[in-house]
Amino acid sequence: MYESPIRRPLITGKTSYAKITDDIVTPIEATPTKWWYLGFGVSVAALGLWLLTVGYLLFTGVGVWGLNKTVDWGWDITNFVWWVGIGHAGTLISAVLLLFRQKWRTAVNRSAEAMTIFAVICAGTYPLLHAGRPWVIYWVFPLPNTYGSLWANFNSPLLWDVFAISTYLTVSLVFWYVGLIPDLATIRDRAEGLRKKIYGLLSFGWNGSAKAWQRFESVSLILAGLATPLVLSVHTIVSMDFATSVIPGWHTTIFPPYFVAGAVFSGFAMVLTLLIIMRKVMRLEAYITINHIDVMNKIILVTGSIVGSAYITEFFIAWYSAVPYEQYAFINRAFGPYWWAYWAMMTCNVITPQLFWSQKLRRNIPAVFIISIFVNIGMWFERFVIIVTSLHRDYLPSSWAMYSPTWVEIGMFIGSLGLFFTLFFLFAKFAPVIAIAEVKSIVKTSAEEHIKKTAEKEGIDLKEVNPQIA
Amino acid sequence: MSQQKYIIGTFLDEEPLLAAVKEVRATGTPIHECYTPFPVHGLDEALGYSRSRLPRAAFMFGVLGFSLGLSMQAWMLGFDWPMNIGGKPSLAWPDFVPVTFELTVLITALGMVGTYLVACGFIPGSDPKMPDPGVTSDKFCIAIPSNTADYDKINGLLQRLGADSVVEKEVEL
Repeated sequence: MYESPIRRPLITGKTSYAKITDDIVTPIEATPTKWWYLGFGVSVAALGLWLLTVGYLLFTGVGVWGLNKTVDWGWDITNFVWWVGIGHAGTLISAVLLLFRQKWRTAVNRSAEAMTIFAVICAGTYPLLHAGRPWVIYWVFPLPNTYGSLWANFNSPLLWDVFAISTYLTVSLVFWYVGLIPDLATIRDRAEGLRKKIYGLLSFGWNGSAKAWQRFESVSLILAGLATPLVLSVHTIVSMDFATSVIPGWHTTIFPPYFVAGAVFSGFAMVLTLLIIMRKVMRLEAYITINHIDVMNKIILVTGSIVGSAYITEFFIAWYSAVPYEQYAFINRAFGPYWWAYWAMMTCNVITPQLFWSQKLRRNIPAVFIISIFVNIGMWFERFVIIVTSLHRDYLPSSWAMYSPTWVEIGMFIGSLGLFFTLFFLFAKFAPVIAIAEVKSIVKTSAEEHIKKTAEKEGIDLKEVNPQIA
Repeated sequence: MSQQKYIIGTFLDEEPLLAAVKEVRATGTPIHECYTPFPVHGLDEALGYSRSRLPRAAFMFGVLGFSLGLSMQAWMLGFDWPMNIGGKPSLAWPDFVPVTFELTVLITALGMVGTYLVACGFIPGSDPKMPDPGVTSDKFCIAIPSNTADYDKINGLLQRLGADSVVEKEVEL
């Protein structure tokens, strides 16, 4: 396939199919580095904290949280929405960018999808525990029962959420695994002994035949077509948990697109946080290049600007609606007792992404890393602001209350980060973190070497059209 | 399944493999299959494969998911146990849209991926039927059944196109 030599390379340095296999599979075959043990150890310690706090919660009851009768959604739902949001980048990268034939997707989709799955698992733990009695959580499903049968209420957005999140987790997992099968087979065919057996079992007897690849491409394309509206539906439905209520500050029609943009925004920030570390530690700079980071920063800039406009629109509409409760909710957000949360959100989500208008900053890795952390923090505060500041002063001033988390809530949040990173470290050790087969399929169009060859053949001076390579 | 004798031509790049497929087919010799480390654009057409019918399977699973999802909700809330919620209609179909959509996507995805794995014979624990373990890394193989091919002619043709190796061996493919 022809591609113009003015494009920036997506694989730098010398490339060959065997080298790609080597570069990506070697870290799986080698003993983990000190850095891996250190990171994994810290994550497992945090996971221990999660088990401790969740155990205490289950034995004692949700009263150990700081919730009260006015603020009955606190850190639990904040963290739920935050994690679901983070879980949006992976499927967006692998599905939407596949439909748009974006080649840079190939280097980042695998780890982004893994991140998606782990983030959705973390998200799922919160409503499970928030429900109070997780051992009867199957009541949310429409199962025949001895009360009638009294069915689940399909008019409730909370039930839509159950279906949305569980479908999203299942489909993302299936999509991810379908893509993993050929790469697990690559590991299998280099391995010996027990490792060969395990990866042989996991790779389902993949043989790389032309017919299998034809079906693989067909399945990938349709899964991408299904996952695209699915991604958009998930956070839309999460936002309806709020939007269909009559709480001032929640009852707005802007929520679905606003939540989806925010989810993509935070998801990409988390992808960048993880990939910037991963490419360095696993020496994958030739595959996850500065050009990949640059394009992801552009997506952060776009979605960050959408989120910023949504904040301003919300404020304007609250004033324009002439509803005193709505107006008060917004004045209270910005200038009430939780003003610090609101301004933390505004600073991190509206101001910091605007720095990405500068190409210098987009291509400066330490700067990108810091900004991505800022976005993660800002998006956490967005969820906190929406949930807690809307609830804590309701229609009746006599029931106004303040909310602050207890050590159990803080421990569970740190613990869920531990759960997330434990899963991610295991993934980085045992699975190919870059889609090997997909990266090989772009060598003939987007590798630095290939671009040089095309330019030479056509007599184009790379210094003029593509100074980065020359 | 039993083993059979094949002529296995191995290339180190996709273009010569594509050329080989076209030339071998032009001689009228049937090709069993090709094996590559990544999807090679145009290889399925060169081999004369018809388009995959998986999209049709996906569509049927989609119809199934849609009807199951919608009829389940309508029956449960509309007929089996209608609830009076402020006098609003119990068959509130707009409320059924999200769950119907999710179930359509879920059943389509699971059904189609299941069909794909079964159609390819990819079952956990099954042994890979491939001519060379290198095809999942950097080798591009063409397998031609020996009983319908003239070895010398095919060997000459593949060597001329730059094959890395041409061997005749008994394998299960």
